[in-house]
Amino acid sequence: MAGTAGSTRQRSRVAPYLMILPALAYLGVFYVVPFFSLLRTSLSTMGGSVYLPQLTFAWDFGNYGQALSDYRDQILRSFGYALTATVLCALLAFPLAYVIAFKAGRYKNLILGLVILPFFVTFLIRTLAWKTILADDGMVVSVLGSVGLLPSEGRLLSTSWGVIGGLTYNWIIFMILPLYVALEKIDPRLLEASRDLYATNRRMFGRVILPLAMPGVLAGSLLVFIPAVGDFINADYLGSTQTTMIGNVIQKQFLVIKDYPVAAAMSFVLMALILVGVLLYTWALGSEDLV
Amino acid sequence: MTTQAVTDLASPGRSFRGSFKLGDFALRVAAALVLVYLFVPILVIVVFSFNKPKGKFNYTWQGFTWENWLNPFEYPALAKALQLSLNVAAVSTAIALVLGTLVAIALVRQRFRGSKAVDTFLVLPLTSPEVVMGASLLTLFLSMNWPTGYVTIVIAHVAFEISFIAMTVRARIRGFDWTLEDASLDLGASPTRTFLKVTLPLVVPGIVAAAMLSFALSLDDFIITYFVSGSTVTYPLYVNAATKAAVPPQINVLATAILLISLVLLVVGTLYRRKKVRP
Repeated sequence: MAGTAGSTRQRSRVAPYLMILPALAYLGVFYVVPFFSLLRTSLSTMGGSVYLPQLTFAWDFGNYGQALSDYRDQILRSFGYALTATVLCALLAFPLAYVIAFKAGRYKNLILGLVILPFFVTFLIRTLAWKTILADDGMVVSVLGSVGLLPSEGRLLSTSWGVIGGLTYNWIIFMILPLYVALEKIDPRLLEASRDLYATNRRMFGRVILPLAMPGVLAGSLLVFIPAVGDFINADYLGSTQTTMIGNVIQKQFLVIKDYPVAAAMSFVLMALILVGVLLYTWALGSEDLV
Repeated sequence: MTTQAVTDLASPGRSFRGSFKLGDFALRVAAALVLVYLFVPILVIVVFSFNKPKGKFNYTWQGFTWENWLNPFEYPALAKALQLSLNVAAVSTAIALVLGTLVAIALVRQRFRGSKAVDTFLVLPLTSPEVVMGASLLTLFLSMNWPTGYVTIVIAHVAFEISFIAMTVRARIRGFDWTLEDASLDLGASPTRTFLKVTLPLVVPGIVAAAMLSFALSLDDFIITYFVSGSTVTYPLYVNAATKAAVPPQINVLATAILLISLVLLVVGTLYRRKKVRP
């Protein structure tokens, strides 16, 4: 490409490094260094008074033991909630993404715009709206109660399902869009071929459409699961003290109780669990289309 | 082979008409229901912006009023918080735009030693949970004895915006003909002039898209900001504090207004692009 002009070539060799340098330096200082700072904190002991805490680095792995034993419930709950929300997102997103990709015709862009629109409202206000919708004297509870899906005196707010519902709603867009992109890419000739070979609809769906949609499901699942597992707003607004998640613990330990070492250890537990989840997932499904 | 063809294929084939027609109908209904589901909270937010709440919380319907819309900035703290958020979004986006765009151009224009590693590194911030990013930045600021406030909020926002911007710009400018730059240089233009007159115009649409995304992300960010804000209050932080004390309906008014503005921008953007595509 740059084989003609000598000057161009010379410029090109250094230029990319000069261009990436500012951003890398920035992320180095404000993304990588903070992680080491967090790691250091997680291995420190707290001394001093409550008002003037003194952190001393001491290879104190006890913080991790404390984090794992004290907050086992929150860790398990976070994974259960985030996993359930991811599955719900996939189930809800599929019909919509499918219809947009294959059946929307000239309304395709309009529907895509409509899908994105709700997410222009601040995340917190959206979650607050669910508080109104799921309220004990609200419509959803009374309708579900009258058809017998919810026991009398049953609630949705302050329950696990309230939190899971909030997580599902807030990140479903990250499932719909990659799924749509994956479905959109499917070559129509493949569907034609499967028809010509006498595939039934069910078989065509199972053998052609679903496998080709998998990269979208994979990307979508990660995009939903990672923010959902670390979230604390949904558990805070739509849950109770019985539904706290890892995020709530980290937030409270850091900003209220100010037990920095345990809070930092919790953050690494969260990251490690996400890493394990991602590795298992990509190992099971393949990772060519991950990035 | 067009969309029409797919529709033809996917719609009832002669041999499976009965079952597939039903399935097709069920699928469309399911999709419509999911679309409705996406708008339920939005509807609640818009409706409750006309509510006349009795107590401190705007959670149950009491009666219709224009009052809130006529006095959107009745609470000075809310107006101030929104103003601060717009400021943070603009400043952080401007900084991140420069850093992120340079990386994107460098990555797309040519392969260089380590470009793959840079690629992977850029994805990392997108995959780390926000609470961990916020917490780690807080430990850094604490250990440096930096007071948290406006500056630390901007620093944190730039940190998560860079990757989004680099990825968006890169996706938009992939496959461009970069030999145009060589042509410009061959014709005697200086590297600076080439950058301004050739490179920049090529990447501007991508930059605009990235800037809008970054601005929206910054305006909406709660979790990271919560950790590094100290006593400074942005718009989402104001909303969160309100949920603990009193939720004025003006929050719904501003949310609805932001939604309407976004809608107008979306429509204008779509029309503009359509006009450009069709000469």
